[in-house]
Amino acid sequence: MRKLHLLLVALLAALAVLAVGCGSGDEEGTPAATGGTATEASDACAKESLDTKSSGRLTIGTDNPAFPPWFDGGAPKGSTWKLNDPSTGKGFESAVAYAVADELGFSKDAVDWQVVPFDQSFRPGPKDFDFDINQISYSDERAQAVDFSDSYYDVNQALVALESNSFANATSIADLHDAKLGAPIGTTSYKYIVDSIEPGPKPSVYNTLNDAISAVKAQQIDGVVVDLPTAFYVTAAQLENSKIVGQFASAGEQEHFGMVFEKGSALVDCVNAALGRLKDSGRLAEIQQEWLSDKASAPVLE
Amino acid sequence: MAAVAVAVATSPGWPEVRRAFFAGERFRDSLPDIAAAFLLNVRIFLIAEAVILVTALLVAVLRSLSGPVFFPLRALAVGYADLFRGVPTILVIYLLGFGVPALDISGLPRSPLVWGVVALVLVYTAYVSEVYRAGIESVHPSQEAAARSLGLTRFQALRHVVLPQAVRRVVPPLLNDFIGLQKDTALVALIGPVEAFRQSQIEVAATFNFTPYLVTALLFILLTIPMARLTDWLVVRDRRRQLAGRAA
Repeated sequence: MRKLHLLLVALLAALAVLAVGCGSGDEEGTPAATGGTATEASDACAKESLDTKSSGRLTIGTDNPAFPPWFDGGAPKGSTWKLNDPSTGKGFESAVAYAVADELGFSKDAVDWQVVPFDQSFRPGPKDFDFDINQISYSDERAQAVDFSDSYYDVNQALVALESNSFANATSIADLHDAKLGAPIGTTSYKYIVDSIEPGPKPSVYNTLNDAISAVKAQQIDGVVVDLPTAFYVTAAQLENSKIVGQFASAGEQEHFGMVFEKGSALVDCVNAALGRLKDSGRLAEIQQEWLSDKASAPVLE
Repeated sequence: MAAVAVAVATSPGWPEVRRAFFAGERFRDSLPDIAAAFLLNVRIFLIAEAVILVTALLVAVLRSLSGPVFFPLRALAVGYADLFRGVPTILVIYLLGFGVPALDISGLPRSPLVWGVVALVLVYTAYVSEVYRAGIESVHPSQEAAARSLGLTRFQALRHVVLPQAVRRVVPPLLNDFIGLQKDTALVALIGPVEAFRQSQIEVAATFNFTPYLVTALLFILLTIPMARLTDWLVVRDRRRQLAGRAA
């Protein structure tokens, strides 16, 4: 009787497992947005026909805290956003995002912002946002996992160090040969250190930019590599007695920021069209002038 | 087990999962760098464990001292164990790793590796001291009484009679904490040093393939299993010695 009982239980368990294993996954193909004539394309980009996460609204992602000069205007007390609330529309990326949204037909209050940690944004897989704007550089590896918009800003990496550091007066990449540098994980900054600067000491890697800055403060690393506009904020507000040692020329193709979309998103073409209009009308240049004009000059380390 | 394996292999997402977690080429490519970084983990836990075994014993002994004159020491031991078991290890690592060097006290080392090891030692000493304390308290009081009645001082009784028995009893839980320590060496990566887990993270971040995590897991397992078997063997051998003369 006991053996029969055991056999029954084992049979039920096996059946249960098989039932789970044979469960059909929902593999509905999403209809791809087909290109067509110009009129069809512009209709496909009309606000009503845009396939956004939340219909009638645009969901944009960025990381928390949202740093100047990319975001500005502060954050109200008690807000989940530290440093800056993206919905103020102030700051370069916030302004660009709202300008693009406007071109697509979304008014300022039809835009929702979502916190998306930097290194989660360009992983493969479905996203909760329509696009993410967070100083994410285009790279071929990332482009295999997600879709990128056209460039909205060409960027160079830069080196930030304490003024008292022995490498603070470096004038070329060769001067940095013995420097212990650091960068956050998964960034083009880290890639630049490893591929282009190639210092002797193995670079330190941190979860976030703030950790890397703490390490510079603790004099555990000689300097941190970040994009140039962020370097201005870091030296001005986060790291006392620090300076921008210099900026680096892009290795190969000019590094640029793009907005990140879920792979195969139908919004990319429409956003690119919007960006194109902003560039042609000079609006993008205006926004850049307003928020980034004084953030572009530093000696070039070659 | 076989039913589970069949269910997994026939599931619709399996080819994708296999590509993402079990890609042979990624495994081979990332293995050398991760193995090299793994040596850092090994160095960290060997040094830390050597210190922990000693300091934890000290804390446990302090806690077991009876009598009102020893109250401050007992209280110190209790407070220490409570504090460092209560605070998350990550916090201790951040506080010591970034906080202490930022104080700029001359003479103190700046290296994140040093402070990471100190943090691990502080936290694990607290846990391991409790394990020792359980061992000490499990030795029957008649042992100490007999030792005292033979003329041994309290300290001599502890050193020659109680502790040898106590430590032998708690070898399996000590190994447990040691294995836990091996995993927690990965936390040192938070403050900069690139150890095995961080190295695998770097590889994963570059290619969006998770196979390097598997490499790291395998390296840790390859370390843990022989140690667990060695400990089992030591315990069995010790029991045989203790029960020698009695029928097994």
